[in-house]
Amino acid sequence: MEWDWAFVVQILPTLIEGVKITIIATLLGSVLAAIVGLVIAIVRRSKNRLISMPMGFVAEFIRGTPLLVQLYFIFYVLPDLGITLSPLVAGVIGLGLHYGTYTAEVYRAGIDNVARGQWEAAKACNLSPLQTWTQIIMPQALPPMIPALANYFIAMFKETPLLSAITVLELMNQARSIANYNYRYIEPITMVGAFFLVISIVSVIGLRWLERRYGKID
Amino acid sequence: MPPSNAAPIIEIDGISKSFGAFKVLNDLSFSVAPGEKLALIGPSGSGKTTILRILMTLEGIDSGTIRVAGDNLYQMERNGKLQQADEAHLHKMREKIGMVFQLFNLFPHKCVLDNVTLAPMLTKGVARKDAEQHAMELLDMVGLADKAKSMPSQLSGGQKQRVAIARALALKPKIMLFDEVTSALDPELVEEVLNVLWRLCRETDMTMLLVTHEMGFAHDFADRVLFFDRGRIVEDGKPDEIFRNPKQERTQAFLKKIIAAGHRI
Repeated sequence: MEWDWAFVVQILPTLIEGVKITIIATLLGSVLAAIVGLVIAIVRRSKNRLISMPMGFVAEFIRGTPLLVQLYFIFYVLPDLGITLSPLVAGVIGLGLHYGTYTAEVYRAGIDNVARGQWEAAKACNLSPLQTWTQIIMPQALPPMIPALANYFIAMFKETPLLSAITVLELMNQARSIANYNYRYIEPITMVGAFFLVISIVSVIGLRWLERRYGKID
Repeated sequence: MPPSNAAPIIEIDGISKSFGAFKVLNDLSFSVAPGEKLALIGPSGSGKTTILRILMTLEGIDSGTIRVAGDNLYQMERNGKLQQADEAHLHKMREKIGMVFQLFNLFPHKCVLDNVTLAPMLTKGVARKDAEQHAMELLDMVGLADKAKSMPSQLSGGQKQRVAIARALALKPKIMLFDEVTSALDPELVEEVLNVLWRLCRETDMTMLLVTHEMGFAHDFADRVLFFDRGRIVEDGKPDEIFRNPKQERTQAFLKKIIAAGHRI
């Protein structure tokens, strides 16, 4: 088996199409995970146990089951209930929900780290609960948690090949179909690894920068 | 000193409060006249800080009633029936009250000026320009106009506390609560904060409640001193009576201990 540069050049455009889908799925999944995590974290803080307990159960359930099973469920089982989603939408929802349960823990720690006196000062300043969250608590809680959130988003990026199981034409799926069609695996699959490595390295450099920028506030 | 026949601005009637099995306040009653400067003293755990926290609605009460400027603090009337106050009622009541904390609790992500302008702009809809102008007057009053653009982390403890006082004043409260505002400061920084309190005391007609261990300052500052012990008021009188000639044994013992610890009266 020999490495064939001509073949690499020939399949590159198709692989780049796959990279685009991978990046789109990661970005949309990250946004969804960031929002889902915040909602879970805030709802779980509710003093009303009838609200906080079921949310806790749902979050533990999602975190305790494999992403692949969840993707199958969203894409192949939900249509039986009348909910049909495109592969990419199903994939983004799967990534967002799954990683949302992880980011929820990051939010929880970040929110708990804001001093109790800040809540009290906000009350003494007569701020409403919404103003307290948006003006006082989150601006202090968010910067220290940015590196941890970014870490999860890089982890999510590396899990996007799972979306190939629900027919999303992301990088891995494109490479596999090229390989199956041409009976050549070495170039497409090596290229997949190379793409992931390059994007991961760039992301990690970005992450280090975020850690320096936001890792500590006084 | 306000006329003693004015209707009280704070009326506390038979309130009790427990944290778990610990009874912090035990059937406590007292009232405060408008403009009165009150010092609350006593050993730690005696309930004096809890009173301020309850007035600021940071803690609820188990029983009893509190009226502030004539209105029930924790209950409201709806359809002729008394019920638990909702957030809107508490919001309205908090407008009358400001509080300064032992640990300052400045908003660390906002500069000094924004710390002072934030609440008036958000809760009263004051325009930025007007809020900033008022904030600069207040910062000038506490001697920190030149620090308006500094971040709280760049300030000393005494400076932080003076900003916290300006922040509370920005909402123009009728009642100011000071909770051990010099206890967390290095000794050489206490004076600058006390000077600000002293100015407020002489130059405004705000009602002020001061929880403090600075007995000398309490003596000069207050129209009236309440001595707390174990969730009750043991002695209530003019500063001279309490400090020079305490009637109760518990007060005498407490003051003796404080003097032995090196505090001046």
